[in-house]
Amino acid sequence: MYEKDGHQYFVVDGHIHFWDARPSNQANRYGEGFINCFYDYHRNLSPASEVWSLEDFWQQSEERILHDVFEVGYVDKAIFQPTYLNDFFVNGFNTTEQDGVLAEKYPDKFIVNGSWDPRDGEAGLDRLEALAERWSLQGVKLYTAEWKGASKGWKLSDPWSYRYLEKCQELGIRNIHVHKGPTIYPLNLDAFDVTDVDEVASEFPGLKFIVEHCGLPRLEDFCWIATQEPNVYAGLAVVMPFIHSRPRYFAQVIGELLYWLDENRITFASDYAIWTPKWLIERFVDFQIPEDMRGEYGELTPEVKKKILGLNAARLYDIPVPPELDVVEAHAGSGEPIASGPKVPA
Amino acid sequence: MSTSPPDGGIWEALATVRDPELDEPITELGFVSKAEVHEGHVSVRLRLPTYFCAPNFAYLMVADACDAARAVPGVVSVDIQLEDHFAAHEINAGVAKDAGFTGSFPGEAGGEPDELRLTFRRKAYLASLDRLVTRLTAEGVEPARLRLGDVPESQELARLLHRRAELGLDCSPRSPLLLDQRGEPIPAEEAALQLRFARAVRVSIEGNADFCRGLLHTRYPESAWRDSSS
Repeated sequence: MYEKDGHQYFVVDGHIHFWDARPSNQANRYGEGFINCFYDYHRNLSPASEVWSLEDFWQQSEERILHDVFEVGYVDKAIFQPTYLNDFFVNGFNTTEQDGVLAEKYPDKFIVNGSWDPRDGEAGLDRLEALAERWSLQGVKLYTAEWKGASKGWKLSDPWSYRYLEKCQELGIRNIHVHKGPTIYPLNLDAFDVTDVDEVASEFPGLKFIVEHCGLPRLEDFCWIATQEPNVYAGLAVVMPFIHSRPRYFAQVIGELLYWLDENRITFASDYAIWTPKWLIERFVDFQIPEDMRGEYGELTPEVKKKILGLNAARLYDIPVPPELDVVEAHAGSGEPIASGPKVPA
Repeated sequence: MSTSPPDGGIWEALATVRDPELDEPITELGFVSKAEVHEGHVSVRLRLPTYFCAPNFAYLMVADACDAARAVPGVVSVDIQLEDHFAAHEINAGVAKDAGFTGSFPGEAGGEPDELRLTFRRKAYLASLDRLVTRLTAEGVEPARLRLGDVPESQELARLLHRRAELGLDCSPRSPLLLDQRGEPIPAEEAALQLRFARAVRVSIEGNADFCRGLLHTRYPESAWRDSSS
């Protein structure tokens, strides 16, 4: 919980990791390149006082996570989003099992999500069932650009993906977090393309699709889909740190999201350990749309910030919110899609 | 790094090559770390903001840069190398052999990335439309029923015409200003929404370009870095 100027904010960090990127776990130059890429994101977008050494960035201890996220980070509940990357890291980068150790030890603090890969076929469906039972999954994190042998990625609209989404419905897994990118493969396709989200969001209205980093760098394509599909949400991982280095850009992104979606479908995330929640939350609560942009984007009220920082994600994951921290109308449904007219040709 | 134009017009030639996604010249983005010519033999080094920058876009830039350098009068040979990229070896070898994208990644690429280039040219056009409309609106001009011939000269208009010509869209004075990315006139009742979409495209492209510049600077601290967000 964070408190400022008489307002109290219930905080859900919708996207954190417990990774092992030490050289001993790097399987090849891709694993090394992957963590170096993350580290450059970290160095480039963090305030100077928050920049770690590469060695600190490789792996975080249990104590460090508890300290960064909860002791000083104001977070009430954090959601682990696994990223397996088995082709890049010997024991995987950040698996459900790794995350689950902490989630099981601190059930009041963490929620652990699972993952699946449609290229695993029938055997993978059984594994998903076992994983769901073992970790009481409410959500999964999908990584469509992940390599697997000769395959350099997949799409949510692939036939086997449909089988897995049906399985999720059956198992009560209702939150589907989709990571688009990084820009690796498939080669001639666009790894950030979000059109497959559009198709499955229509086909599976009972599932919620949280698009991580809201499709950046394809914000417009994401917005166009999300405005028409009421079960598509924006996850702010990677978007948040722009608040420091590119505040006007951050204002534009938040402004566009509020215009095309609404304040009930945007969820905060630090993407820990790429960034730490403390400074992101402090800056966000202090943040306001610059004066010259308010004609277009309006202002961010404390109520909107409360929803984005925690109440929206709490609703997705049935996290109990103390009544004094809630916003009364936060449980109203999303507004009607605004752009139900003919689609802009892609 | 060579930020000053070398002899022989090589730098100017490379300045015509744009990052297809960011819609800016690779020279201004800081992607050209070296461009030299010696007795007609050109040597170019390219670098990108991350190790995992999309290989399709990377390939297009290396191939375009190679074509641009070869077209300079007096050039005998071009040695062009992308550095510090996970697919550098395949891309460099493929471009040197004129193998095309599929030839550079045998068995891995499902086709040439022309469609991707078209998608991003269309996005670049929409962003240029937003820039012009923003200017007109600020000057109190209602853009909805304007024809190109009615629009006062400006840098924004010149950029828009350039993007239209590239896509083969109507550039005549009689053409409506508000054309969508396929060249169809935007109906008045859809103008607000379509222009709003064009705004989102521009926010995306400009934000992405800024981020890429910052990442390049983080990766190569000696690179020139122009912060256009402040």
